[in-house]
Amino acid sequence: MGKLSRVALIYIGAVAVAAAVLVARGPFTGLKWQYVVFLGILVIVSESRATQLRKGQLSWSSSSAAMLASVVLAGPVGAAIVGACTAMGLRRGPSILQRVFNTAMYALSAYLAGRAFIALGGHVGLPNENSFPDIIAPFAGAALIHVAANHGLLSGVLWLTRNPDRPPAGSLGVGLSARLLLSDLGYAAYGLLMAALWTVVSFAAPLLTLIPLFVARWAIAQFAEQQKAYEATVGALCQAVETKDFYTRGHSDRVSRGSVMIAREIGMRGERVEAIRYAGMLHDVGKLGVPTKVLQKTGKLTEEEYAAIQLHPMRGLDIVREIGFLDEALAGIMHHHERIDGRGYPMGLAGDEIPEFARVLAVADAFDSMTSNRSYRGARPVTQAIEELRKWSGTQFDPAFVDAFVAALKREGWPRPEPPVLASDDLPAVTAQDHDDPGAPLRVIDSL
Amino acid sequence: MASRRHELRRYRWQVRDSGQLLLIAAAGVWLVAAVAQTAAEGLRDPRIAVAFGALIAFGEVLRLNLPGDRETAPIGFAGALAYALLIKVGTHVVQHPAEQVVTVATIGMIIGALPHLAVGRPARVSGMAARLLCIACVAYIFRPLAGNSALDRNWGLAFTLMTSLALLALLLEAVLTALLRVDEQKARFRVALVDEMRVQLPLGAAVGASALLIAFAAEVMGLYSLAVFTAPLLVTQVAFRRYAGIRATYLQTVRALAKVTEIGGYVEAGHSERVSRLAVAIGRELGIHEPQLLELEYAALMHDIGQLSLHDPIPGGATVLVSRQDQQRIAELGADVIQQAQVLGSVAEIVRRQNEPYRDTESAANGHVASVPPSGRRPGPPLSSRIIKAANAFDDLVGSSLDPGRAAAAVQRLRLDTASEYDPATVEALSRVVNRRSLLL
Repeated sequence: MGKLSRVALIYIGAVAVAAAVLVARGPFTGLKWQYVVFLGILVIVSESRATQLRKGQLSWSSSSAAMLASVVLAGPVGAAIVGACTAMGLRRGPSILQRVFNTAMYALSAYLAGRAFIALGGHVGLPNENSFPDIIAPFAGAALIHVAANHGLLSGVLWLTRNPDRPPAGSLGVGLSARLLLSDLGYAAYGLLMAALWTVVSFAAPLLTLIPLFVARWAIAQFAEQQKAYEATVGALCQAVETKDFYTRGHSDRVSRGSVMIAREIGMRGERVEAIRYAGMLHDVGKLGVPTKVLQKTGKLTEEEYAAIQLHPMRGLDIVREIGFLDEALAGIMHHHERIDGRGYPMGLAGDEIPEFARVLAVADAFDSMTSNRSYRGARPVTQAIEELRKWSGTQFDPAFVDAFVAALKREGWPRPEPPVLASDDLPAVTAQDHDDPGAPLRVIDSL
Repeated sequence: MASRRHELRRYRWQVRDSGQLLLIAAAGVWLVAAVAQTAAEGLRDPRIAVAFGALIAFGEVLRLNLPGDRETAPIGFAGALAYALLIKVGTHVVQHPAEQVVTVATIGMIIGALPHLAVGRPARVSGMAARLLCIACVAYIFRPLAGNSALDRNWGLAFTLMTSLALLALLLEAVLTALLRVDEQKARFRVALVDEMRVQLPLGAAVGASALLIAFAAEVMGLYSLAVFTAPLLVTQVAFRRYAGIRATYLQTVRALAKVTEIGGYVEAGHSERVSRLAVAIGRELGIHEPQLLELEYAALMHDIGQLSLHDPIPGGATVLVSRQDQQRIAELGADVIQQAQVLGSVAEIVRRQNEPYRDTESAANGHVASVPPSGRRPGPPLSSRIIKAANAFDDLVGSSLDPGRAAAAVQRLRLDTASEYDPATVEALSRVVNRRSLLL
């Protein structure tokens, strides 16, 4: 977390004090300690291994079900104590401050949920056959308050401790948190089940209810792991494709990054942003189908050679067609060399006929080509490349995406690609002309 | 050609579906008897029956594909299991007989399968039949006991009995599914069963626990327990769907990107796909478990990826014909590429050692293998590497040809080299796979 601002510290302190005061106020008379102890142990156990979700400090664990069960069985104060048991989670990692905040947050939100449950007409204690369905509405209210308080307090602290150098990941973050909210509500239902089952199977109830929760968490963890593996593998394979020409090394990666910047800037949905990320990585795989001698030719290209180059988007499509990506990603790979004025390839589409993904990729592709080193010129500065993009905006590029890219570049900047280093055993395999470079179009021998 | 293909299909139909047909027939006979009985006696507690039937149908609509092309219906299965294990709804003691459980489950499954049929997906009758048989077994054991007052008085007894029956149902489903897979993929039963249990265990635990939860909770919540419990299991299912989805995309992507070597003209078209299919078949023949089988498939798909680093494609890509040093270089380069992904450590190792001879004596003497550990003899290449070596050599010799004579000659040639080059057990497995394939033609 690093150093915290004073506001953040005050915020954390306020949450902690509020939680402590509310719990201390009681009342403790008539508190069913057997529930509090058992559910508290459960919270400690489940807090000891919480799932770390991808990209973000948000971690969720099944303990919220136990807290909501204690709302029904033991009332607000009991629930707050159960919530406070998060402090004793054996998980390593969170700092003292994080631990204090988490404890206070869970105690506070459990307490509020307990108050909401009573306010909505719920009866604290073991539910019986007459409690249903009247208990559902107060419980749903309590669950909503619990989840809302949790997310509210948490996003407050995340906002206050955010890293100003790295802006949050726009739409992706929102998508993640909405999904998280929904799954939290789903798991909250288990709190009621736990409480209701206590009458039938006593302490076997929470054990039984925990099994599906652990399974779900396991599946989420597996998913996160697979996704990481997947990204690493695609990255490695793309790099393998690029090894043919060291001047274009890292190109796919950077085009992918640029496309994502544009996509976020224009507010694409998270799922489409992911798709365009892969489209960017894979946009040039078809280049492998172009004979190396054509790619590396220094003089003018013959008609045939130019045709071979023009074929690479189609070749790329051939390769990635069977991957279960969004169709948009495939269309983007196929059409990333179309031009707005209709003079591009392979189909000569114009204007809005060109798929949105392709128009995004085209901008990022050309920009990276211009800002990297080539054998026939050095890398151009970003400002000059932007000028160039503007110059071709409306003829080659979609003006809206050029503007979006420029805006994103101004905010986030562009890391300078490392100049390629000649490895000692590397033969100088070099592209003499870059098909992506709008400033130096391919020279083709005019046919007679 | 057309008639030949027709014959092929008929033969496969006869071989593959015998187990499935048996299973479907068994479930069908049971079903007809149960429905007749229920029709004769009338439906007990129709409101409860309809509620559970609806849940089963809903679960069947939301089927889930687990990795390895396994179709399951967790919510439907849990609902049916809960209906079989139901004792009380509120204060009312339910008394539906086992036949009614089977009837309700069947009707629910059929209704739930209709949307799949409507959008043109296969109905997957064998999977439904397997689920139905498990439910029927549990129902016929438990329904006669359900009215017993001892279960009502002693929650521990009821809990133990119901838990063991839920476990039985899950185990039975694993056995039936494993049997179907043995039939379909020519896997070994023991291996298939272990794989099945490993894949089904997490979700099965959730399904079993959820079934017990609904059955117990109905006593306090009435039929609301169905609604309350479905939400969390739905979340679990969504998590599994995303997991299965990324697994599938992963495999598709590796398959697709393995083709870059073909498009680049480094290897013959279809080579990596054929080698991987053959390698997986050999691996299955040798009793390799699924997780390692997946690694083998990845390694086989990417075994030639190192060729991308070569400046001039090998003519025809037939790596069996180039010098051992070049082969080793390609393997090393490929392994380096895969190593960069960091997550596929063992895959990289398999690819790196794909050209090592089975017995190391000769090459160690000639100093081909540079990285012999100082501690003495290097252990032989891993089984997966040996399989890829044999499958790769076979495909280099045979290619896309379907000529049985050519295949037999290739197997013969590999067999002659089993003294040092190829692993004899692997070559025998390859021979069996190839024989079976030519039988189908």
